[in-house]
Amino acid sequence: MRRFSWFNATALTFGFAFLYLPMLILIIYSFNESRLVTVWAGFSTKWYGELWQNEAFLDAAWVTIKVAFWSSTLATVLGTMAAYIMVRAGRFRGRGLFSGMIYAPLVMPEVITGLSLLLFFIAIGLDRGVVTIVLAHTTFAMCYVSVVVTSRLVSFDQSLEEAALDLGCTPFDAFRSVTLPIILPAVISGWLLAFTLSLDDLVIASFTSGPSSTTLPIKIFSAVRLGVTPEINALSTIMILLVTLGVITASLISRRSALKAREDERKAMGG
Amino acid sequence: MKRRLLIALPYAWLLIFFLVPFGIVLKISLSDIALAIPPYVPTMKDGFWTMLSGLDLENYAFIGAGAVVAAFAAVALCVVMFNIVYPRVRRALVPDTPNGFFDTAAAALTALAVALVNVAVIVGVLALLLPQLRAFVDIPDFLYFAAYLSSLKIAIISTFFTLLIGYPIAYGMARAPEHWRPTLLMLVILPFWTSFLIRVYAWIGILSTEGYLNQFLLGLGVISEPLTILNTNAAVYVGIVYTYLPFMVLPIYAALEKMDDSLVEAAEDLGCTALSAFWLITAPLSKPGVIAGCFLVFIPTLGEFVIPSLLGGSDTVMIGKVLWEEFFNNRDWPVASAVAVMLLLILIVPIVLFQRNQQIEREADR
Repeated sequence: MRRFSWFNATALTFGFAFLYLPMLILIIYSFNESRLVTVWAGFSTKWYGELWQNEAFLDAAWVTIKVAFWSSTLATVLGTMAAYIMVRAGRFRGRGLFSGMIYAPLVMPEVITGLSLLLFFIAIGLDRGVVTIVLAHTTFAMCYVSVVVTSRLVSFDQSLEEAALDLGCTPFDAFRSVTLPIILPAVISGWLLAFTLSLDDLVIASFTSGPSSTTLPIKIFSAVRLGVTPEINALSTIMILLVTLGVITASLISRRSALKAREDERKAMGG
Repeated sequence: MKRRLLIALPYAWLLIFFLVPFGIVLKISLSDIALAIPPYVPTMKDGFWTMLSGLDLENYAFIGAGAVVAAFAAVALCVVMFNIVYPRVRRALVPDTPNGFFDTAAAALTALAVALVNVAVIVGVLALLLPQLRAFVDIPDFLYFAAYLSSLKIAIISTFFTLLIGYPIAYGMARAPEHWRPTLLMLVILPFWTSFLIRVYAWIGILSTEGYLNQFLLGLGVISEPLTILNTNAAVYVGIVYTYLPFMVLPIYAALEKMDDSLVEAAEDLGCTALSAFWLITAPLSKPGVIAGCFLVFIPTLGEFVIPSLLGGSDTVMIGKVLWEEFFNNRDWPVASAVAVMLLLILIVPIVLFQRNQQIEREADR
């Protein structure tokens, strides 16, 4: 029996207070009436209204969502392919380099990735804008996707795929009707991870964006350098709540699919 | 045929958007600055060999790369000697199961001698290298070398504090009732999904002179003057510990969760106090998680940019911030590229150690 002592309870209480108090304060003060952010002057939602009027933020938000959608979709396709190759393709020429290139971006400081991509885009004469940010985000997000999908691919029973092939499926059919449904939860969480990574990214986007394609983090960063403002508090609150909602939904979906898989397995064994 | 196509697509993507850009950084780091746009003079225009003979190491000399390379060589040497050479020699010379007193004493003496020789080799090689290196360790602009050192210092100190705070959380989670654990786990992961920038921003309001922390402490009467925390290194430590805490908690929790509790019970039955049972059983068994967590915090912290630029002051120099300013403010692309190459060189040692550690772990799991 594991003991849950007062020490553990205190550690958890203080730990989670440390993790959540700053965000909670941010959320509470986003409803502050006063422009002086540290003085409470009554409840108000006026900063949300003001945010809605702020064209620059809305434009930046739109650019960010566009970039995040396209880069996470591309990254999911490429990352799933990369994971499949790493787990299933066996030996091929340059495999070592390939696995190196997949893991390296995970530990690479963002300033280096951003700088190198910018210099590359300038060298090939590509104008900086939404396209270059999408390309940059796809590159580092596909590595995260491939790590997530790889961990799912190695844990599942390869004989299912072999059975499909024996029964006359083409490799592509076997992938679509057997492998994909099994790894789908990992693919979806990979997509979500890529989406949030792209949504969050400041450094790489700063290097690869052009004057007409400012993303939300770049906008927030330049505003925040001047200090705390109630509009940014309101914006942060919206982003925190969206992410929380997304994560909870995703975890509920994956829990349900895990339960369903167990149920199916039980039926298959019994019947 | 199809298989080849499947491999080719992601392979080509990574080659084009990851490897080639690196080559370009390397090339530009060896170029001269020019006032034209793009602000550098390519040196490859006269063909590869002409370029090689005329390589321009000026940018590297300017950022004090010699000193960094020297330090890098010293650390790499120590790592190789202690991790690879020393265990091999020791294993070859010292018997695994010594018999009797003399055998044990001889084994201990041999092990000591091997260790001494090992240290002597390191000192000797460094002493031989030093005069040669001193020629390079001529630092024209101390700013860059100070930035490497202070990045290292900040990364080490904040990793230590993250461990100090993260370990009890992971321990409490692993000891919590089974049905709480998925929820607790999600509570740790949730901040990781929330925007990094927003989490750092939240601390500006707390730590500033008129911030919530100062108001709170003044209200309690603990302090009479507001503390200056924002724009100092202390704020940077707080920011790093806060944002990287999940990276520390998760691997330690994973290690503690797998642990067999009956071991601790056995130790206590045999007369250990709770504290000594912790040191003798729990701490060694959670070591892999602690090591993984420390690397996961240390490696990204070294190149961190957002935290020092938002929470740090003008005297907080970190290498990521220097690179950014060199690029965006001074527009000196060749020097920025050289700084990037040096940052990568510094990161190679911890990354290789981390990979080795992970590999040992995977083999142990089998």
